[in-house]
Amino acid sequence: MNSAIRRLAVAAIILMLALMANSTYLQAFRANEINGRNDNNRVRDSQFSVNRGPILIGSTPVAQSKESDDRFKYQRTYPNGQVYAPVTGFYSYLFGRGGIELTMNAELNGSDPSMAFRRIIDVISNRPQQGGSVTLTLNAAAQQAAYNGLAGKTGAVVAIEPKTGRILAMASRPSYDPNRLASHDTEKVGAAWKSLNADKSKPLSNRAVQELYPPGSTFKLVTAAAALSSGKFTPESKVNSPAELPLPQTTVPLVNEDGKNCGGSNNATLTIALRYSCNTAFGTVGMELGADALNEQAAKFGFGARPLTELPSVATSQFPGDPNQPQTAQSAIGQFDVRATPLQMAMVAAGIANKGEVMKPYLVQNVKTPDLKTVSETKPESLHQAVTPQVAAQLTAMMVDVVNNGTGRPGQIKGVQVAGKTGTAQTTKERPPFAWFTAFAPANDPKVAVAVLIEDANIPRNDIAGGTLAAPIAKKVMEAVLGQ
Amino acid sequence: MSIASTSVIQIIPRTRRGVELLLLVIAIAVSVGAYVNIGITVQNAVPASTGYYAAGIGLLALIAHLALRYRAPYADPVLLPCAVLLNGLGVAMIHRVDLGLAIVAEAKGNTPKAPAAPQQITWTAVGIVLFLVVILVIRDHRRLQALTYTAGLAGLVLLVLPLIPGLGVNLNGARIWIRLAGMSFQPGEFAKICLVVFFAGYLVVKRDVLTLAGHRFLGLDLPRARDLGPIGIAWAVSLGVLVFESDLGSSLLFFGLFLFLLYVSTERAGWLIIGGVLFVGGAYFAYATFGHVHRRVTDWLDPWAIDGGQVKLGLMGQSWGGILGRGLGQGHPEATLYAQSDMIISSFAEELGLTGLIAILLVYTLIIERGLRTALGCRDIFGKLIATGLAMSFALQVFVIVGGVTGLIPLTGLATPFMALGGTSLVANWAIIALLLRISDQARRPQTPAAPVSDETIAMAVQKA
Repeated sequence: MNSAIRRLAVAAIILMLALMANSTYLQAFRANEINGRNDNNRVRDSQFSVNRGPILIGSTPVAQSKESDDRFKYQRTYPNGQVYAPVTGFYSYLFGRGGIELTMNAELNGSDPSMAFRRIIDVISNRPQQGGSVTLTLNAAAQQAAYNGLAGKTGAVVAIEPKTGRILAMASRPSYDPNRLASHDTEKVGAAWKSLNADKSKPLSNRAVQELYPPGSTFKLVTAAAALSSGKFTPESKVNSPAELPLPQTTVPLVNEDGKNCGGSNNATLTIALRYSCNTAFGTVGMELGADALNEQAAKFGFGARPLTELPSVATSQFPGDPNQPQTAQSAIGQFDVRATPLQMAMVAAGIANKGEVMKPYLVQNVKTPDLKTVSETKPESLHQAVTPQVAAQLTAMMVDVVNNGTGRPGQIKGVQVAGKTGTAQTTKERPPFAWFTAFAPANDPKVAVAVLIEDANIPRNDIAGGTLAAPIAKKVMEAVLGQ
Repeated sequence: MSIASTSVIQIIPRTRRGVELLLLVIAIAVSVGAYVNIGITVQNAVPASTGYYAAGIGLLALIAHLALRYRAPYADPVLLPCAVLLNGLGVAMIHRVDLGLAIVAEAKGNTPKAPAAPQQITWTAVGIVLFLVVILVIRDHRRLQALTYTAGLAGLVLLVLPLIPGLGVNLNGARIWIRLAGMSFQPGEFAKICLVVFFAGYLVVKRDVLTLAGHRFLGLDLPRARDLGPIGIAWAVSLGVLVFESDLGSSLLFFGLFLFLLYVSTERAGWLIIGGVLFVGGAYFAYATFGHVHRRVTDWLDPWAIDGGQVKLGLMGQSWGGILGRGLGQGHPEATLYAQSDMIISSFAEELGLTGLIAILLVYTLIIERGLRTALGCRDIFGKLIATGLAMSFALQVFVIVGGVTGLIPLTGLATPFMALGGTSLVANWAIIALLLRISDQARRPQTPAAPVSDETIAMAVQKA
């Protein structure tokens, strides 16, 4: 009898061990996955009650938690919220998070493994969990200039420091006030969320990185880069540039914007063609280089890859796969299925500015613990050598010419040499074209590269052009960075 | 049973009541510590009710201890402190969830419900009273053998009580509760004790025929077909519980109990295999045939599909607790449905973490193993069977409810012994501990006859008595 009882004793221990093993699997190994579930209100509630770290520009917070006397203990507030909303995103009880608030959540609420030691200290000394701070690379003056420049318009601005890839400005309008979503008044938040999502002007979308646009003539920089890199062209090479270029396989010709030939010549140099943004000249160049060469050059500038990991839903710019001859000609001038984000076009300018080396753009300068110990500091990282320094210098000279003598004149800054390129991209006849301007300055020692996109400016459609609409905004942003 | 194997368990005639007192002090200190900790974290103050709570638990434990000194001096010294610890921690957690629910109610502008912790302390007192009754009235557990068939009948009646219309209530999908005079009872908890007594009494008499008759098949000793009657009845009853009361846990508990005792009394593994096959087959049949059984299983397989399901909320709580837990008073156990009753283990796992949960499971393991040790040391078959039955019922119950809460098996409505909010279960468990202590007192008491007596002799003596 006793041997049977002993066996049962072993069986009982096995049952208990099974419980312990199962709970170990659940609480030690599956916990992270379950804690991260969207429907996990418990985690959301407690994170909402954490003294979340601020998002800073320099030492000025653009998002911070202030003590509140309701059930959540802290209220997230966004000073100057509309200006920074595309970057900071929002932190809502009901609707989750966006922007840096989403991607840097673990650092901001202090649960990131990099702050584990600090958290243990908090537990031992019985201090409540406190989040780390995230310092952005943004330049407050440039950001404000970009935001102001877009007043009354639909569009986006991105400014990059060419040598490092630091993003100095990232504005998108229409914007929204993240304070409306962070409020603890759930009814008001619900209404705000509903109206923001119903708004046809898409205020919640960060146009600088989340939307793709035909880059139009600004893409001619990529085509020119491919042409100069191929060795078949120099800035002085003459190319076929009639008012109207018949295309193979189609009856629709490629035409210049103004219906004339290129600066009075049917055989303009590449420099002249860029100065007047001649479609026929670049169509010819594109067809001669072929789609593969254009695609390869575009990829070296960052097309086809997600350029930024620090924001959610960043769109990937594209060059069309396998276009035929007329489509290649269209693609060479940034039409057909070429799609780019304003960030991508700023990267093209920044790459040319940085002697052909494209730096990986970044928004987070550093993460610090509440007692200001640096947890991580972003180091500049090279993405690609898009063109040789020689080609970069040639392109710079051509872009300087565009600003000094061509379509980019409104981008000129007194006493500073600006290099730039305009763009006007058609989509359908019904909607106004997109106006682009991408530039960098000073041309000899670039401190800032910028891309401006205007989607809609509420003005007659024949008025819209990169030079007149977008360039003045780029100028203001560059002036802000250069301290003028 | 050979003389050699009995002599292995050398019983040293020492009462160990001092050890018990020391362990009790520790158990009470831990419980009161938890209670105070909760007050400080949630309300920023040592709760005013600390005195009431500490005095209540302390006094009750002391009374139980004195009763043992007086009437069962050789009883196992570990069982009572373990039970007091679990009971005390349970009340502390119920109090903690009371506070959490009050905060939630306040935030919503509702009036908070009456706290459940004082009610649980009252039930603890009732449990200790029953404990005293068992210790003081049942001077020798062998007397219970006379009640074999009475206990069997009582067990059966208690089992089917929840099925009586107007009396039984369907709570949380399972029909294992009755409502009487405005209070809810879980008669299955007492049915368990009655059935253990019945099974033990029945098997003492029948074990010989069930052991000896039969034939070997594939290396297993299989019983004769006509001896399958009792196991068949037990199987049918347990399936009835599964189908009509929709409770896999109770069903598994009753059938498992019978099977374990059958195995211990006959030492034939064949019974376990027959029983196991029967149970699995029956359970599968119920799963395939009855919608509510099916739903329990699908809920278990994918707990995430049900919005606001208690298992889902519980699993989230446990995950949130992680390895070290949120700390007492710092989680959100109140966010889980039934955080004080069915899901109390989840509340502990959330605030005390995996570490605390395993500690609690180890205390349960201690109770189970001390119970089985009592069975080993007991000198009569009836006592051996009762102690085994009670200890294994504890093991099965803990496994079924904790397994359900942690997602190992489908969740059932069984109570977490000593911890879950609910009077019936608490009182019944105190009776179980009292019975185990009573048997262990007999087992550990120094024998007056110098010569060891074999089990068979005692069994015969018992039957004569």
